[in-house]
Amino acid sequence: MKFVDEYRDAEGAHALAAAIAEITTRKWTLMEICGGQTHAIVKFGIDELLPPQITLVHGPGCPVCVTPIELIDKAIAIAARPNVIFCSFGDMLRVPGSEKDLFVVKAEGGDVRIVYSPLDCLKIARENPNKQVVFFAVGFETTAPANAMAVYQAAQQGIANFSMLVSHVLVPPAMEALLSSPDCRVQGFLAAGHVCTVMGYTEYEPIAAKYRVPIVVTGFEPLDILQGVLMSVKQLENGRAEVENQYARSVRRDGNLPAQELVGKVFTVVPRKWRGVGEIPQSGFGLNDAYREFDAELRFELTDYTAEESAECISGLIMQGIKKPHECPAFGARCTPEMPLGAPMVSNEGACAAYYRYRRIKAQAA
Amino acid sequence: MADFQDFNLSCPLPIQQYPHVLLAHGGGGKLMHQLIETVFVPAFSNSLLGVRHDGASFAVGDARLAFTTDSYVVRPLFFPGGDIGSLAINGTVNDLAMCGARPLYLSAGFILEEGLPMETLWRVVQSMRQAADAAGVQLVTGDTKVVDKGKGDGIFINTAGLGIIEHSLAINPNSVQPGDAILLSGDLGRHGVAIMAEREGLEFESRIESDCAQLSGIVQAMLDSGIAIHCLRDLTRGGLTSALVEIAESANRQIQIEETRIPVREDVRGACEILGLDPMYLANEGRFIAFLPPAQAEQALAVMNAHSTDTGAALIGTVTDIARPLVMLKSRIGAMRIVDMFSGEQLPRIC
Repeated sequence: MKFVDEYRDAEGAHALAAAIAEITTRKWTLMEICGGQTHAIVKFGIDELLPPQITLVHGPGCPVCVTPIELIDKAIAIAARPNVIFCSFGDMLRVPGSEKDLFVVKAEGGDVRIVYSPLDCLKIARENPNKQVVFFAVGFETTAPANAMAVYQAAQQGIANFSMLVSHVLVPPAMEALLSSPDCRVQGFLAAGHVCTVMGYTEYEPIAAKYRVPIVVTGFEPLDILQGVLMSVKQLENGRAEVENQYARSVRRDGNLPAQELVGKVFTVVPRKWRGVGEIPQSGFGLNDAYREFDAELRFELTDYTAEESAECISGLIMQGIKKPHECPAFGARCTPEMPLGAPMVSNEGACAAYYRYRRIKAQAA
Repeated sequence: MADFQDFNLSCPLPIQQYPHVLLAHGGGGKLMHQLIETVFVPAFSNSLLGVRHDGASFAVGDARLAFTTDSYVVRPLFFPGGDIGSLAINGTVNDLAMCGARPLYLSAGFILEEGLPMETLWRVVQSMRQAADAAGVQLVTGDTKVVDKGKGDGIFINTAGLGIIEHSLAINPNSVQPGDAILLSGDLGRHGVAIMAEREGLEFESRIESDCAQLSGIVQAMLDSGIAIHCLRDLTRGGLTSALVEIAESANRQIQIEETRIPVREDVRGACEILGLDPMYLANEGRFIAFLPPAQAEQALAVMNAHSTDTGAALIGTVTDIARPLVMLKSRIGAMRIVDMFSGEQLPRIC
């Protein structure tokens, strides 16, 4: 397939791996931010091509994984109500809340639907004027413009029976939180290409300077990731700490300005709790005052939810790159994709699910 | 009374986790296998069921017969490349073919929803007739029930099939041997994408048609040309992955396949990239894998390709001599990884 096969070419991958091995003189630890990158690394076996001195740790960039359990419980509470059509992207449905997941709500009679775009919910809302249609708006900066557009259009078109349960999170504050932790062992970052497609990468420049870490905006195919690693290692070996753009075919320094403008119109930056990590100040989007009427938490009066995460789940350590999934005692035993203790075992892009699906045996042998 | 007591003594299903049946229990993945292993197999346990094949094979007098059943609940009823009628015939014919049997007779049970347009039923029945003629089977008995409006999805169809085994081969997972070549009969994933596109109103540049087809002819041709088939499995829900994992588990053999050898059409790959799906897990309705002696792989491929009008059949891997129920894949860039079933169905991802 044009524009995909070129970036999965075996010869090219091995050439890049050789170039990385050639310039590497000591141990380096890099973190890929995005769950999509984690998935590609494990699915294609990209890390197996790297020299042993390079360690890739898997960052917090899976929106499913970092959504706090209270919010899942809120989603479940809304979805279980009569006269509600609860819409979500597919991979949120199997994330366990305190007691059940959205699939179970569906089996119990809740109207839970998988949608491919938040704009589909507006159509559903127009077709069902006597029902409340709620969209579970989860994601990083990548999905924010489409979600903003749905709210913006709902307001323009006066679709009053539509609302959104918002759990948007932002990458740069999470990176800062990681870097300022005393346990941090990450020396360089592969930033998430699609987040930067929307937001650009000017936000990362002060982080690279302040913490002296190279940050390479990186794509999602094997050759993208290997090239991102090569650029990061080159910087580390030369003692540089800059923001570079490997994913230039999609990302510009300023990002997508009309998308940012729309996001700014609808959302405001708020503190957010991250599952397994805790609250990070100014780390997410919430609906701003002008669009508060579309906030499902207010409309359904869901405040003061608290929930305990599984004490056994070490997802926080995994998403901070301190531990690898198979180092968790519950991995593959009490925690599997069928019976997940925490969200990283649920989502396709969760580090634990990726390890379980693609390298269970190796993890056992290790 | 003793009979009733037994019922309450134990509950092998982990009901603390799923007190209700989920849609994922029908997705062809791990949850469905758990359901089969914890509910159905213990209840009905016998040696024929224990083989875990697409149908049961047994002797009656001098004849060896194969017997199978399947239910069809597709939405929409009509989709590019087929409909519930052709599916209901081909699916059961294919299960018989996977037992190495020549399909003879089918039954059909219809569960119709009140209010279904008669015209729709007529189209479905005509499609069934055409598919049955093409496969050389006769529909010899049937049943009809009508349920209240809202209690069905237009039409549900169950078909059962009886076929005759006219050779001495034992075609089932227990016959798989180390060194066996694994052949795939054509490109992957078209049925899954066609249904999803139709159901969700997704539009692609080209219309992707289901691969729905009867496989009896191609299997007969392989048998007629003297290929000593060890095992056959058609790829339905759960796709190539579920079929391979099931056979690796039944045969307790490690299977090794190569990603670059697996044919997937460009338009299907494109749709999968957009939706975040893996063609290895997509449903098919006219594809199968064959396990056979490596010396006959070339000949078998030639027979398969002579029968196929689609993208060609391919040799995708081999059975190793490692006694471990595992499927390993050599990735596009040369690294090895596990291929595992999904829990339920694939879920389209967020971004």
